[in-house]
Amino acid sequence: MKKTMCFGLTLLTFAATGTLMAEGTLRIITWKGYAPAELVKKFEKETGTKVELTYSNNEEMIAKLRATRGGGFDLAQPSQDRISGVQAKFHIYKPMDYSKIKTDQIVPSMLDAVKKNTKVGDASYAVPFCYGTSGLIVNKKAAPDAKDYDALWNPKYRGRISYRLKRPTLIATAFALGYDPFAAYHDKAKYKKIMAAVEKKLIEAKPLVKNYWANGDQLLGMMRSGEVTVAMGWDNGGWKLHNENPDIDFVAPKTGALGWIDTFAIPAKSKNVEAAYQWINFMLRPENAAYFTNKEKYGTASAKASQYLKPEIRADFERSFTKADIDNIKWYPPVPAGIEEIEGKILDHIRAAR
Amino acid sequence: MSPILEVKHLKKMFKNFTAVDDLNFTVEEGDFFSILGPSGCGKTTMLRMIAGFLEPTEGEIYIRGENMAGIPPNRRPVNMVFQNLALFPMMNVERNVAFGLEQRGVPKSEIKKRVNDMLERVGLAGYNTKKVTQLSGGQRQRVAIARSLVLEPSILLLDEPLGALDRKLREHMKIELKLLQKEIGTTFIYITHDQSEALVMSNKVAVMNHGDFEQIDTPQNLYKNPRTAFVAGFVGETNRFELAQSGHGTLETRSGWKLAKKDAKTGMHWLFIRPESVILLPDPQMKDLNRFRVTIKTILFDGANTKISGIVEGSGDEILIHLPQNAKFEGIREGDRLEAAIHPRDLRCYPKEGS
Amino acid sequence: MSSRHFRLGFIIFLTPVLLWLLTLIVIPHIDLLIASFQAENDQGKLVFSLENYRNFFTDSVYWYTFVRTAFYSILVTVITFLITFPLAFYITKIASKRLGGFLSMLLLLPFWVGELVSIYGWMILLRESGVINYILQGVGLIHKPLPLLYNDFSMVLGLVYMSMLFMVVPLISALESLDDSLIEAASDLGASKFTIFTRIVIPYAAPGITSGAIVVFMLVLGDYLSPDLLGGKNSLWFTEQIYNEFIASFNWNQGAAFGFLLLLLSTVIVWLGLRLSHQRLDKAVGA
Repeated sequence: MKKTMCFGLTLLTFAATGTLMAEGTLRIITWKGYAPAELVKKFEKETGTKVELTYSNNEEMIAKLRATRGGGFDLAQPSQDRISGVQAKFHIYKPMDYSKIKTDQIVPSMLDAVKKNTKVGDASYAVPFCYGTSGLIVNKKAAPDAKDYDALWNPKYRGRISYRLKRPTLIATAFALGYDPFAAYHDKAKYKKIMAAVEKKLIEAKPLVKNYWANGDQLLGMMRSGEVTVAMGWDNGGWKLHNENPDIDFVAPKTGALGWIDTFAIPAKSKNVEAAYQWINFMLRPENAAYFTNKEKYGTASAKASQYLKPEIRADFERSFTKADIDNIKWYPPVPAGIEEIEGKILDHIRAAR
Repeated sequence: MSPILEVKHLKKMFKNFTAVDDLNFTVEEGDFFSILGPSGCGKTTMLRMIAGFLEPTEGEIYIRGENMAGIPPNRRPVNMVFQNLALFPMMNVERNVAFGLEQRGVPKSEIKKRVNDMLERVGLAGYNTKKVTQLSGGQRQRVAIARSLVLEPSILLLDEPLGALDRKLREHMKIELKLLQKEIGTTFIYITHDQSEALVMSNKVAVMNHGDFEQIDTPQNLYKNPRTAFVAGFVGETNRFELAQSGHGTLETRSGWKLAKKDAKTGMHWLFIRPESVILLPDPQMKDLNRFRVTIKTILFDGANTKISGIVEGSGDEILIHLPQNAKFEGIREGDRLEAAIHPRDLRCYPKEGS
Repeated sequence: MSSRHFRLGFIIFLTPVLLWLLTLIVIPHIDLLIASFQAENDQGKLVFSLENYRNFFTDSVYWYTFVRTAFYSILVTVITFLITFPLAFYITKIASKRLGGFLSMLLLLPFWVGELVSIYGWMILLRESGVINYILQGVGLIHKPLPLLYNDFSMVLGLVYMSMLFMVVPLISALESLDDSLIEAASDLGASKFTIFTRIVIPYAAPGITSGAIVVFMLVLGDYLSPDLLGGKNSLWFTEQIYNEFIASFNWNQGAAFGFLLLLLSTVIVWLGLRLSHQRLDKAVGA
């Protein structure tokens, strides 16, 4: 009897300290680079709230929040296309209270797009934070004619090619093969057919690949050392490398770069909602947003940040994107349920192919 | 016929320490040859050189006239019984005994026969499939010996194999080993620090000290005529007195006990008297005795081996005296004063060691 | 009276252990087991189904991955044994106490810095612009950099490196109790060095070898980082498959089924290994 009481008390103590700890802290699950140390320090000083960061990616973010039914974190930063499908099925986010957001800080068209794309039922679930594209990172000296995704399966670059074995590669390949995968999102049979063609192409191209990169640092390392000359990657990575070595640059593929918007969304069991809203407004404040963009080279959703941006940010963008390229960006629409499962099998098959 | 083992100028150095120093000796076929010495005297080093586990620094070892230099242990015609027996724990009795024969490529059927013969000989018939961990100490002992003997070695080397046994079993195994050796006739070289083991079993004993042999002799001679002070002190029980002076027919201990000995040489340092050579209540008729009186300090009762510790009247020297267990001495108590005597021939004198 | 006291004390000490086992091991596994027998029907509802298990046997990719994973796990175990056994023998029987201690420390090092750090270390060494290729080219042994990284070679290397400690510790403790006189006795009885190794040393160390092999095998089989980061484009590991099911495909039920298949199949392999080597699990684990 005494024993059980002891045990119960211990549990209670744990629970109590757990809540206490959350009082003054804001636990954010986000991407690497999305919360620069300088800004975290500034925020902590301004609000007195302690920030705890966990770095992740879309898939792990969803898996973690799904496992805890939306607990464990006070703020998440998923991509806008990965919210509505997941939310409809697993209910891991709280509806966004836009009255608490300083919406005048945000580019209106982007806010509207995110609101629309993250709508489930009557509520929307996210606020845009930054955007960017996936395309080609090319060492122009070694691969001068890599202009489109088909460079990723060009035998000329055998052993010097790298991409990620994740869904953006499948989507890009589908576009390059002449399909429109986004249009087939809601026709599973058709989508499966497209993916079968993608699988065939990527298995065929497998002998040319140096390695499927697993994280951004690894890719940048391989590009720097010259082991990889053509890769699929994020635009900011290409621009960072361009700073170090002018031969390397981001190239918007002819078929169209893939555009993504990363957001703020509040997990269903967030314990510090107030601080979460504070952080969102803080990060979108023009000078803070500009600091982030200057450092990480992602585009920002903050409306008035441009005045604080360094000139080379603009230069990078203009060098890689013509007007036509911008119009040609394929923005990810929301992913309906079941799509990831189809893609998962395809990725497995490519991985396992000899 | 040449001796079965001949050792010439054998020397072993470990860094600056000389473990074995210029040894020369021979062992004859069929001998039970013991090397007796305190721990650290170099006897194990010597044995390991004969077995081939150690290379001599200098000198040669001949077995049946063949020089053993450079021949590894697995190709020497000698086998060894280790101090801790070193039975293979993952094999049963039969596999242990068969191990050596298998290494020689003896046909299976013959191995089986020879192993069974050997087990029968050491009294372990029918123990073939027992695990060695299930055996008693004495049985393990016999398996270890059988394992070596089955190879019919020229010489069997035994490295204090009785050391780990309890006293009673050790007494029993002493006799058993001696009988076994007599029966099979193999030459045994046996090293021990226990003088009783060496004396009981061997027909030749070498007493070793500081890497050198002090005396090689039969057990009887060793006991009766020890050639050095070390042998006299190490073999058998004895009383030792430091001499103040010697010569001209007398000996005098440091504490002033004077004893007559006609042939006493000058310059002797040690006097040894065996407990059993002191005569208690000597017949007054007997001549040429050194007579004295002792006061009994304690009686050390040990059955047939009972002794008294007495104080020599006059000098105060303490002396152990064998006390025969017969009616004559039954009434003796501590504090009693007794007449005692020693014959001069039982006074053994030695010079100071090293001189 | 005293036996009752003993019983009470026993229960008090046992309760936390049992609770721990129950809440942290048994219950989650039961939860996963139930999940593995469920699949979504066309309406998106979870119903009882064997589909997750059927997928494993019908889609050759999964079979292939598992066989590959098992094969390489066994290979890594064997290589680790071949490398660490002479090492453990050297440390326990030949080297001085101080040198032996120092060498054991060195073996501990990969474990100390953590798997991820040592993997990055290997990447720096092995890549085309890495240290090894640089040296080989520098001395003129090769003219084109060797592809040392992102293949099965580098994967096995990383796995062996990470596993060595888990093999060498049970080996050292097994060999330490091996009395030198056993080796001498065998030699004295006419055995060659090779025979001494195969008939005395290895059988003596067998329980240690078995426990080391089981630990390494399980560890490698369940590893994720080394195959993922060092393995390159072809080296799909079964744990990655499970991870992908959970994380990329959001198909937890399939992932749970794969998890149980991994548990089942690895148990079968360990059981077969014990059978073939005439060892017993309780002895090996108790060693």
